[in-house]
Amino acid sequence: MVAIGLALAGCGRAWNDPYPASENAANILYAGFTERPKHLDPVQSYSEDEAEFNAQIYEPPLQYHYLKRPYTLVPLTARAMPEPYFLDAGGNRVGADAPELAFSVYEIRIRPGILYQPHPAFARDGAGRLRYERLDAQALRDVHELRDFAYTGTRELVAADYVYQIKRLAHPRLHSPIFGLMSEYVVGLKELAAALRQADEKLRAAGRPKAWLDLDAFPLAGVELVDRHTYRIRIRGRYAQFAYWLAMSFFAPVPPEADRFYGQPGMAEKNLTLDWYPVGTGPYMLTRNDPNARIVLERNPNYRDERYPAEGEPQDAAAGLLADAGRRIPFIDKAVFSREKEAIPYWNKFLQGYYDSSGISSDSFDQAVQVGAGGESTISPEMAQQGIRLETTVATAVRYLAFNWLDPVVGGADERSRKLRRAIGIAIDWEEFISIFANGRGIAAQGPIPPGIFGHREGQAGLDSTIYDWAPGGPRRKDIAEARRLLVQAGYPDGRDARSGVPLVLYLDTTDRGPGDKSRFDWFRKQFAKLGIQLEVRGTDYNRFQEKVRKGAAQIFVWGWNADYPDPENFLFLFQSTQSRARFQGENAANYSNPEFDRLFERMKNLPNGAERQALIDRMVAILHEDAPWSFGYFPKDFGLLHAWMANVKPNQMARNRLKYQRIDAQLRARRRAEWNLPLWWPLAGLALLVAAPAIPAALSYRRRERRRASAGA
Amino acid sequence: MLAYIVRRVLYAIPILIGVNLLTFTLFFVVNTPDDMARMQLGIKRVTPEAIVKWKAERGYDKPLVYNERSQGVRALTDTIFFEKSVRLFAFDFGRSDNGDDISWQIRNRMVPSLALALPVFVLGLYVTVSLALFQVLFRGTWLDVWGVILCVAMMSISSLFYIIGGQFVVSKLWRLVPISGYGEGIDVVRFLLLPVVVGVIGNIGANTRWYRTIFLEEIGRDYVRTARAKGLAETAVLFRHVLRNALIPILTGAVVVIPLLFMGSLIAESFFGIPGLGSYTIDAINAQDFAIVRAMVFLGSVLYIVGLILTDISYTLVDPRIRFE
Repeated sequence: MVAIGLALAGCGRAWNDPYPASENAANILYAGFTERPKHLDPVQSYSEDEAEFNAQIYEPPLQYHYLKRPYTLVPLTARAMPEPYFLDAGGNRVGADAPELAFSVYEIRIRPGILYQPHPAFARDGAGRLRYERLDAQALRDVHELRDFAYTGTRELVAADYVYQIKRLAHPRLHSPIFGLMSEYVVGLKELAAALRQADEKLRAAGRPKAWLDLDAFPLAGVELVDRHTYRIRIRGRYAQFAYWLAMSFFAPVPPEADRFYGQPGMAEKNLTLDWYPVGTGPYMLTRNDPNARIVLERNPNYRDERYPAEGEPQDAAAGLLADAGRRIPFIDKAVFSREKEAIPYWNKFLQGYYDSSGISSDSFDQAVQVGAGGESTISPEMAQQGIRLETTVATAVRYLAFNWLDPVVGGADERSRKLRRAIGIAIDWEEFISIFANGRGIAAQGPIPPGIFGHREGQAGLDSTIYDWAPGGPRRKDIAEARRLLVQAGYPDGRDARSGVPLVLYLDTTDRGPGDKSRFDWFRKQFAKLGIQLEVRGTDYNRFQEKVRKGAAQIFVWGWNADYPDPENFLFLFQSTQSRARFQGENAANYSNPEFDRLFERMKNLPNGAERQALIDRMVAILHEDAPWSFGYFPKDFGLLHAWMANVKPNQMARNRLKYQRIDAQLRARRRAEWNLPLWWPLAGLALLVAAPAIPAALSYRRRERRRASAGA
Repeated sequence: MLAYIVRRVLYAIPILIGVNLLTFTLFFVVNTPDDMARMQLGIKRVTPEAIVKWKAERGYDKPLVYNERSQGVRALTDTIFFEKSVRLFAFDFGRSDNGDDISWQIRNRMVPSLALALPVFVLGLYVTVSLALFQVLFRGTWLDVWGVILCVAMMSISSLFYIIGGQFVVSKLWRLVPISGYGEGIDVVRFLLLPVVVGVIGNIGANTRWYRTIFLEEIGRDYVRTARAKGLAETAVLFRHVLRNALIPILTGAVVVIPLLFMGSLIAESFFGIPGLGSYTIDAINAQDFAIVRAMVFLGSVLYIVGLILTDISYTLVDPRIRFE
């Protein structure tokens, strides 16, 4: 170990540096990832873990502004924000509010001159033919990775690539999570899926199940290629939120050559697929995909001239977030993501300077963060001394306790169950829950819409007056006596059924992951016990729990929702009766149903943000307060730590293509790493002495024994 | 011997079928094909049609073990169990439920697993046998007593403690090696130093006690007394006679695990970020990826059987009296 260390020291490198010496002081970002991405194909990818990579590579027509809040859509590859126009069933233009409105049309014009990353799928020979268009097993014999192809090429991004990708949503061999939703809107998508399925079945019947399925041969009625750089998407009715989907990778361009390239026989067997090696026009390209150990993104040499934003929130300039305004992006040359499955090594490597940023696990929370008397979180002095800073933001997510609307005891719109739910809502002290189980990282929710999303009301205007009173310091949970009073009105005085005298027993359905969950279960029991209600925890494995919720067999359960896009519709639809999980396999896990709410939802969903929409949202939230299908839990807060050498980092819950804006001071990082990681070699010498210590008495003892005579008199 | 080996290989077939059936039963008692589909497709916006499609593509739309709709043999062969099992015997592991080529993953991950497990095994064997001989040499003395106490203490501590403690002390406090990760080429050594040392130390307690017991049993035999009577030094008695005669029980424990070294270490690989087969298996269990779990259990069983056969063969090498009938 000492010999290796001395050799490393000779290279001017810390002994514990996990990266190659050649990368010392290089303009590289180092990050970790816990879960390996399942899909990098933009038509299938839907999770945060995958967006971390895909959003740097693929470019849908729109993106979220990096600095502006509330979250604002801006063009990415599009020339301008598409303004939909509306048609009646006969194809005549009508107004947005016209009752005969049948279709919305989004015409998207992309910027010319955008180039794809270098990729073998684009490589052409002297005659202009694609080099790797017809590969056989022999040609692929020595190919194991994408870089084994000798030639690469590029070409301009065209509108047809976007059209091609929309068709891929319906591909029978792919699983796009949004196909179900989009087939309800994009005209002809369902029919395209049926035609493709039929063609695929024919190929299967012919014994060619993996044969190429040429999407260009199948028309998609609702998507029209207007010219080289323009395409139109026709959707049924009005769907104001469609623009948000245009900022997701599902609508990013995929060049047909790449799809065809990867579709050749023998490619998939070598993991050479679009799911493994993405092809995009973004600022970065994936150059190494070893999801077991390391994923590497490198600067796309063909990336266009894109500039850092010049405007943001008022406080952004003071925070230094506009210092690079107008400068060409991206700033970072390369990003190395290392697989780090366990939190402890991740945390320690961050403290040693080997990761540039880190989240905070419960184990390291006290070391990293100080919570003041007023509940405000600041970085601990120890961290501050290292130059580490804390970034916090409220997530566009909500955690809640759901009452199954179909349950005969806690569900339904009758007054008895409503009062029971409201009593429970008062008894569950979510502020305490946040403090104990989330290290204070959350804000008790007054409704389903998190701060930062249109429709959220701050202060007294947003108060859930069925659960809270307004006090000078803010909302104050109603006294437990009020909950007991409601319980009496519900017919359960002291937690017993007034008619039968039988104790009220309720059931919390949950996943049981082991002894670690016991304290959480006990806490919930304690909350219900305040009302004299017995809470039985029905712990089960993840699959059975999901199944119970799916079948509407769970009674009370804790659930959550992370927003797809920053619109109140994406939270309020969780209460829409047509989204009932048990009835329609939708996202309304509580199976809540209220015709008035549904009616208001239909009116609200397509309105532009403004007074009218806010008024409707207020009425809808008031209905939810009254009906109490959820005990509104909390909006989680995300905490992140950054080293001093990181710049231009602003938490953004919606934009995933953040890497291009970030900058690092690699020289400062190299200096800090060297300071923080001076090896201590003397403990090794001490350890060697400790191990060797018994050798001396042992040798003496052995010698004495060997010289001992068999008997004293001999 | 050849006939014996052939016979053992043939015995292995029903064992492997049994193991496969057991894995299949245990897995599908906990997970249904619907659960697997949901796990792969995610929680949000999963439609029943998508689940049906996912299952059909991967052959999970068939009955588990008996197909009532089929006639004759096809009632058994047109099932998930048969279709997923039969290819295993040709070592065709197919693709994971996530779409990756399992054989490719195994080939790639076997090397890191072996790079960790082999040094731990060899060094561990050397260290623990040496320590056990040392204790036996000083049996009855305070060195032996304290050695036994230390071994009992060490075997009482969880292997996770050695890993986290090792990372904390060696990598964080002393800053001598990387905490976790895996390099390329010769750089791998830096990343393996700590896991190997931790692996060896973690096994010292139990293995030293075990080998010490074996040696103590051996040291009371007549031939040892004879060796001493003819005036041999105690070290010569131990190393030349006792060690050689104690090899059979040592081999029983050691040789059988050699093939299993390929399977890697479940916990150490996760904590040290070594991309081996151990962490692959853990990931697959967490992701409910039956294709990988089935392949890894099958591979583990095959390697275990190979280990048992190798153990039998090794007996004949260390003890000429043993012959296969």
